Amino acid sequence: MATFDLELVSPERLLLSRPVEMAVIPAVEGDMGVLPNHAPMIVALKGGVIRVTEGGRETERLFIMGGFAEITPTRVTVLADEATPVATLSRAAATQRVAEAEAALAAATNDAPEIREKAMDRVMAARAMQEAAQAA
Amino acid sequence: MASLKDLRGRINSVKSTRKITQAMKMVAAAKLRRAQAQAEAARPYAQRMERMLASLGAAVADSPDAPKMLIGTGRDQVHLLVVVTAERGLSGPFNTNAGRFARARIRALEAEGKTVKLLTVGRKGATYLKREFGSRFVGEVSYHNVKRIGFEQADELATRITAMLEAGEFDVCTLIYNRFQSVISQVASEQRLIPAPLPANDTAAAPAAAGELPALYEYEPSEEELLAALLPKNLAIQIYRALLENAAGFYGSQMTAMDNATRNAGDMINRLTLNYNRTRQANITKELIEIISGAEAV
Repeated sequence: MATFDLELVSPERLLLSRPVEMAVIPAVEGDMGVLPNHAPMIVALKGGVIRVTEGGRETERLFIMGGFAEITPTRVTVLADEATPVATLSRAAATQRVAEAEAALAAATNDAPEIREKAMDRVMAARAMQEAAQAA
Repeated sequence: MASLKDLRGRINSVKSTRKITQAMKMVAAAKLRRAQAQAEAARPYAQRMERMLASLGAAVADSPDAPKMLIGTGRDQVHLLVVVTAERGLSGPFNTNAGRFARARIRALEAEGKTVKLLTVGRKGATYLKREFGSRFVGEVSYHNVKRIGFEQADELATRITAMLEAGEFDVCTLIYNRFQSVISQVASEQRLIPAPLPANDTAAAPAAAGELPALYEYEPSEEELLAALLPKNLAIQIYRALLENAAGFYGSQMTAMDNATRNAGDMINRLTLNYNRTRQANITKELIEIISGAEAV
């Protein structure tokens, strides 16, 4: 089956760079599956799991904490703010992050809408992390 | 003339100094390797970010409501200088170079009638600049209790600068740091952060996308929203890179400084040992003369 190059980078390191058959990435407006020869796009990502398919099987699951993706027909580059393989996610740490994010949101009730929105995004990302950790 | 006992004492003290500087050199070398590896690991992200920005920036640059971070406030009056230095000394001219560079910039800007605000990162820069420019300080950041500089620190700093920009506290933001040229050479240099210098679309993106058609991207969400999210990230990554280069440069500089110190200590030990042996021989000769002339007198 045709493949494209998937690159997953976080500010601290390059996590993945190899040809894959399909990747499902959590775009802000809904998850999207990317196959080779996708139309060029730049999308913002929310907190969620990237699923990678190689050889007809799902081989990698990585949790990302928001970011961006650049899609071209032959290549997908994901710039993640933070990325961890789902298998190494810790449920306790995820729960703690949810609590922190919720506290931050509660503290932001009187701030400008954009700040509240950002805090909300973080809560959603943390919840997604918790879910991913529980599923793993 | 120093007595033999004095000389012995000095030789011993220089020897222990040499041991310390040698150990510091080894530690700096090990940390340098780690810092370099970390800087290396951050590079892919920065490169891809640049590519993405180039294509996005070109799409938005001429729109009048482009984000402030990209086009600036339209004025050029208040300059924020972010001066990055190390937390510790004993690193040769490393901190002084950055400090001196910053001082020259401040003087030049003020001579043009601009207002200068200072934000220092690292204790050494703060102490260097505080006496002369204390009134320009808007903040100082220190990572002396942070073991390993991570992206978090850079992100925090970027958030702080963004908040200041939103509040209209400055028009232009420049980063001053020691660029890591090689292990033995770090160059104090500046980099403009805001307004963001866009990588020229045709020069930066073309070699990376060789063999690919210049793509017309679809954007989700809109270009403006994407850019508004991407620019603060870019700011953070620029700062992160500067912090890492600063750390690597610091260890490189410290290694060189400690290497020189070790060599100087070795030279000094040689000189002192020579002196010690001469004195010892002179003493023996003197005693012999005394004995012989005493025997002759009998």
